[in-house]
Amino acid sequence: MEKLRYESPIINKVNAGMPDKFGMNVNTKPISYIDGVSVKDLLKDYGSPLFVLSEKTITETYNNSKRAFTSRYPKIQFAWSYKTNYLNAVCSLFHQLGSWAEVVSGFEYEKAIKNGIEGKHIIFNGPDKSKEDLIKASKNGSLIHIDHFDELYMLIEIADSIDETPKVAIRVNMDTGIFPQWDRFGFNYENGEAWNAINRIMISKKLNLVGLHCHIGTYMMSPSPYSVATKKLIDLALEIDHKYKHKIKYLDLGGGFASKNTLKGAYLPGTDTCPTFDDYADAITNVIINSQISPENLPTLILETGRALIDDAGYILGTVLANKRLASGRRATIIDIGVNMLFTSFWYEHEIFPAQQCSTQTEDTTIYGPLCMNIDVIRQAIQFPILQKGDNVVIKRIGAYNMTQWMQFITLRPKIILIDTESKAHIIRKNETNSVFENLEITPKYLKK
Amino acid sequence: MRLKKNIAISETGFIFNPSTGDSFTLNPIGIEILSFIENEKKYEEISDAILEKYDVDTITFEKNYYDFIQMLKNNHLLENE
Repeated sequence: MEKLRYESPIINKVNAGMPDKFGMNVNTKPISYIDGVSVKDLLKDYGSPLFVLSEKTITETYNNSKRAFTSRYPKIQFAWSYKTNYLNAVCSLFHQLGSWAEVVSGFEYEKAIKNGIEGKHIIFNGPDKSKEDLIKASKNGSLIHIDHFDELYMLIEIADSIDETPKVAIRVNMDTGIFPQWDRFGFNYENGEAWNAINRIMISKKLNLVGLHCHIGTYMMSPSPYSVATKKLIDLALEIDHKYKHKIKYLDLGGGFASKNTLKGAYLPGTDTCPTFDDYADAITNVIINSQISPENLPTLILETGRALIDDAGYILGTVLANKRLASGRRATIIDIGVNMLFTSFWYEHEIFPAQQCSTQTEDTTIYGPLCMNIDVIRQAIQFPILQKGDNVVIKRIGAYNMTQWMQFITLRPKIILIDTESKAHIIRKNETNSVFENLEITPKYLKK
Repeated sequence: MRLKKNIAISETGFIFNPSTGDSFTLNPIGIEILSFIENEKKYEEISDAILEKYDVDTITFEKNYYDFIQMLKNNHLLENE
């Protein structure tokens, strides 16, 4: 006789309290396949834990966002935000789809060049650009977005010394009605610093002011601040035209579009509350089209959105290491995915799914990573089915920032796989080994045995 | 190991502890195990019955069984021995 499917015995206390009218879903339905590839096979072939990126999802998300903007405005250019995920395979895919590169350091600039992007299609942001970086970017005709006056004066000096006219924009920060207001990058609009910087650039005649840039915040849960920001950049562009008879070629609204993750403390899930690309596109393009800029002089609209384009395409697969009871009797499940590789678990209530068929019975569970550190918590509280040691889990929507902000801490970082549109898996980053780090260290002779 | 005498258990897996006012729910295998305990079966007998009926290995069941017993203790459903 065939035996019945087993599940752990569970006893759950019935807690009377305020009913939740929204009745949040409990994820007991497994994710066993990603783009037609078995999760178990991936873990068997490439080890656990394992990052997986879906080319299909990246392409679909990019095309969706492009459609949202190009159907509303004629001149759209995306620039891939390298810091969001600067794996060469990922950058190359975005470049193939038509994105320029948006970089914030000399390291990222070099990566963009090596990924085959022309200098004139690199946007160079950030507060830390060395003299050498600026010389290189000026000679390559890159779009240098000036962050502060020290950079502005250094660039004027460089322009003089190399006899080039660097193409520049200024980053403008402003009050768009949100809190916190990002004012640490760029020049402030309200206090006149932005206009002051523009005047210095125009009067110097050493720099070619081609654009205006802003990046108002991150994980923007409302599109309306983008309308305010667009209006303020347009006001500056019209002032420049009025005073200097100089036309701004592009407005760069930066990024900050939310993905569909749920922020910690949010009452409703991100899938229900985060704006769509159409919402953001509407908020931005309507303001430009309805402005005083004449139709023949409409600037190109550049978008540097990163998170919203790649978060959904990323998964991390892992394995249950152990189950235990905490002092309160609460269940704790330890998995081999820690905060060292899933940095975003500090911000998000990540969705975690079993990778195999399991009981629909759930228990309030804390999910810990494998690190011997108290901070290593992947989910503080989640209704989760009881998995056994060796069972697998899948965490969704982790494509943004984790593969750049991760850290080599206690354990080594795992492989990253890209599944192509024909369901073929490619290793796009090898796992680290001890020798990678040993090669970087030097122990003084007197300390060696 | 014995269940407290005043614990009320329904066939559908609903438990009520009149001393504390707490209610609990059990999944089907939890109901089975609790009924074994109610009938004062030993661990070996329970284990044999479960392993015979379900697709589970000895070690997994042993871990899950003692975890379940711990939860019964935590919830004050067992007699102090």
